[in-house]
Amino acid sequence: MEAKEGMEESLAGLRETFKSGRTRSLAWRKSQLRALLDLLRENEERIFKALHQDLGKHPVEAFRDEIGVLEKSTNFCLSHLEEWMAPKKGPLPLLFFPTKGEVLSEPLGLVLIIASWNFPISLALDPLIGAISAGNTAVIKPSELAPACSSFLASSIPLYLDTKAIKVIDGGQDVGEKLLQQKWDKIFFTGSPRVGRVVMSAAVKHLTPVTLELGGKCPTIFDSFPDSRDLKVAVKRILGGKWCACSGQACVGIDYLLVEEKFASTLIDLLKKELKKFYGENPEDSGCISRIINKQQFRRLSDLLKDPLVRASIVHGGSLDEDKLFIEPTILLNPPLDAAIMTEEIFGPLLPIITLNNIEESIEFINSRPKPLAIYAFTTNETLKRRIIAETSSGSLTFNDTILQYLCDALPFGGVGQSGFGRYHGKYSFDTFSHEKAVLRRPFFPELEARYPPWNDFKMNFIRLAYSFHYLGIILLFLGLKR
Amino acid sequence: MTSLSLEFFHSCSAGAGSTKAFPNSFSKRRIRPSHIQTHVSLSCSSRIFSSYSCSATLSSMAEEVEKQTFDVERAALLVQELRGSFNSGKTKDYEWRISQLKGIAKMVEEKEQEIIQALHEDLSKPESEAFVSEISMTKGSCKLAIKELNRWMMPEKAKTPMTTYPSSAEIISEPLGVVLVISTWNYPFLLSLDPVIGAVAAGNAVVLKPSEIAPATSSLIAKLLEEYVDNSAIRVVEGAVAETSALLEQKWDKIFYTGSGRVGRIVMAAAAKHLTPVILELGGKCPVIVDSNVNLQVAARRIIAGKWGCTNGQACIAPDYIVTTKDFAPKLIDALRDELEEFFGKNPMESKDLSRIVNAYHFIRLTKLLDEAKVSDKIVLGGQRDEKQLKIAPTILLDVPEESLMMNEEIFGPLLPILAVENLEDGFDVINSKSKPLAAYLFTNNEQLKKHFVRDISAGGMLINDTILHLTVSTLPFGGVGESGMGSYHGKFSFDAFSHKKAVLYRSFDGDASVRYPPYTPGKLRLLKALMSGNIIVIILALIRWLRSADKIDQ
Repeated sequence: MEAKEGMEESLAGLRETFKSGRTRSLAWRKSQLRALLDLLRENEERIFKALHQDLGKHPVEAFRDEIGVLEKSTNFCLSHLEEWMAPKKGPLPLLFFPTKGEVLSEPLGLVLIIASWNFPISLALDPLIGAISAGNTAVIKPSELAPACSSFLASSIPLYLDTKAIKVIDGGQDVGEKLLQQKWDKIFFTGSPRVGRVVMSAAVKHLTPVTLELGGKCPTIFDSFPDSRDLKVAVKRILGGKWCACSGQACVGIDYLLVEEKFASTLIDLLKKELKKFYGENPEDSGCISRIINKQQFRRLSDLLKDPLVRASIVHGGSLDEDKLFIEPTILLNPPLDAAIMTEEIFGPLLPIITLNNIEESIEFINSRPKPLAIYAFTTNETLKRRIIAETSSGSLTFNDTILQYLCDALPFGGVGQSGFGRYHGKYSFDTFSHEKAVLRRPFFPELEARYPPWNDFKMNFIRLAYSFHYLGIILLFLGLKR
Repeated sequence: MTSLSLEFFHSCSAGAGSTKAFPNSFSKRRIRPSHIQTHVSLSCSSRIFSSYSCSATLSSMAEEVEKQTFDVERAALLVQELRGSFNSGKTKDYEWRISQLKGIAKMVEEKEQEIIQALHEDLSKPESEAFVSEISMTKGSCKLAIKELNRWMMPEKAKTPMTTYPSSAEIISEPLGVVLVISTWNYPFLLSLDPVIGAVAAGNAVVLKPSEIAPATSSLIAKLLEEYVDNSAIRVVEGAVAETSALLEQKWDKIFYTGSGRVGRIVMAAAAKHLTPVILELGGKCPVIVDSNVNLQVAARRIIAGKWGCTNGQACIAPDYIVTTKDFAPKLIDALRDELEEFFGKNPMESKDLSRIVNAYHFIRLTKLLDEAKVSDKIVLGGQRDEKQLKIAPTILLDVPEESLMMNEEIFGPLLPILAVENLEDGFDVINSKSKPLAAYLFTNNEQLKKHFVRDISAGGMLINDTILHLTVSTLPFGGVGESGMGSYHGKFSFDAFSHKKAVLYRSFDGDASVRYPPYTPGKLRLLKALMSGNIIVIILALIRWLRSADKIDQ
């Protein structure tokens, strides 16, 4: 009870700050973004350590997926913010002359960011960049499942950012539930569809708009390649999109591969070879691959492998170390399609390969399942590319690479259907936390009499002509030359 | 009936004792409800619903109607059928979209008189008003979509950063799938078809549920769409709570709802189950601030046009209350009185140029606002009412207590309270103490005040020195914020509202940087930092250093 009151009090403080208008100025927004950069640069080692503690993430991976991404996003935002904040002109028809129309982006107010544990730093701070850039006050609820990162955020953010406008409230499910009962002007959630439903249901009470960044089974279509050099690059990129991103615990990570049957064994051989190059004989000791976040997730993943038919489909790896929460990169060939591994999001280092007679069948395969956050397709066949673009639906679609779409500030990042709704990154982050207010300015003259009752035929004719922008007709009407 | 549907009924059509069970458009038969103006009291309005099914039994066709009931099962079949059409891919086709839009445009063109007739039946909407705000707006939307669709559908090129070089990217607008549009009764034609135009332009299959509270327009839309558009992908389901509840149980790819905050919550709660994005076009108390330095006559006319010229105040962006200075209030009232007389004559109750109140429930709701103690004696103009004809005269009140119902609920009718304040900036506090409105209006020649108004007040849209007009500008997004809703539409915004923006990134196999991959080394970290910085010189320097370090495990 006390905790709740404390929470309400601190939220009231944040709302007060918003009301004061301080967070709206360009100067404030920029100073906070710069402070965020300082936080990242000055605490690099602490962040590396926290990520290693929570997930066994290697510093290079941590830099690539978290610190580096955040610095890049912040810099991009800093260099474009003024341009984003400028009102956009809305062109108006001549009939309205001399009226001015524009669209102003205004902050929403107090926003809640609920982060996830797999990229515990970037998924908390990347949305924050958007919230700050749009001039909001914000509360971050880091994931309690990455405790080192959560406490890092809770302890370091107050040292760098405006404590009266940005707060970290850490804690478990009870804290999350209490936060959801409060009134927010926007909720930005990253996590599972199950919790996404809870978040959206809670948002109903205050009609709060939500952005849901969920996941899904992201398929990879792997066509055969005539050029062996291309093939080698493609295989590396598959590894990059599966095991190099938090050991498969990534919402945009590859979930499964679709290949033609005749090509499967070549692909598996290549995957094994590259895996060895990446992680050596014993991946667990390489230090280059993240571990599973916790026991619960470890058990969930090991349960996926328990089904004897699934077990039998393992063609590489499959060893599990519960004490160290480590699962070896594992490849499965054609596990049963009705097994949990093929119906649930895997979110771990297991990679099923599903073979098809013809690579074109992959479109139907994907369309018979919920819409994923990302589709990856390795192919040089232009017809196939066109078909995939036109016939499948996903948050994003990347040809001949994996995950990289996440780094493009000019591309909206977000899901569709089961993989969520709303989008962010770059200007989209700014827009996500802004209300686009239409502002129309009118002078008192000229005044069109025909707008007003009492209605008569002349006015009706005028309106008809005006709506079709028939200016000559209007002139004729006024001259009495047109009926 | 589940509690959800009960609540639904209560909120969206409570008191609509006159509306009977409608056979939906499935049944191919329609029963036009007669307008029985039952005298219902508010307290028992939820009861009426339970009599809803009973009243149907009065009809000899009751049994048949019962069989035709649009329940969850039928709703599921409908969605399945439309999903089949969507999956066939035909709705994605440019030609299909254009042909449907042309069908709608043709329908509006050819059936103008029937539409005006139906609007008159439902709301006594004057012909000119119906033409301006419903027919022309719908036609305009449709024509704009036909003209611009090609451009809207074009993939948008996106820049790619140094980090992903060499690559190219684009953003493709793809349809969401099968969408549901739930419409309302005050602009029953425009607010049904305008979202449908957006949904079709974006290539979706769509189900439209028009409001049962405007029954004539509802059944006309059902009849006309059947005739003018492709029924395998565009359908109308008529009905009230039961039908709407059945529809809301289904999984949609988007729900577009226009109406009240209360029902908006029901819609959003239903959508949460299927993670369906929603657009909620709600209302709110739209304020008008009037400064003393304005052209009084023009300001008065524009306020009247926005208030009583819009379905007699039953519009979500109609001025709800006025804030002006104590000194200026009497002058403003005089000007409003003069212009009202000019517009609607000495006896507005007999004017053909004013709409009536939609039904007995809303009539009673409005009279309750008027009859509250400390409110009824604040009337300075109007106040006449005719329960039989469901008419209320344009009514102006001065200094209604702030705690009254009238100052706390959306009025949605011909009552206009004026709040006199010492200083106009005090008016800002009044506005900001209430939830964010769909529109906010200011009449002034003071540039400073304009600036403050735009900066300090949050609203869906704002209009300075006029009312309502921003709605007609297709280059401006129309939609609310906070309690006035979420999401926006009109023009290209409508197309976007029903589209998913799919990011597509094309990569070549050249330029694969092995820094991305393990085994990780300090050299890779340095290079990565350089790459992420996007600075070409830093990248080159780091690259040279990295190559020198002979860290070439990759090769």
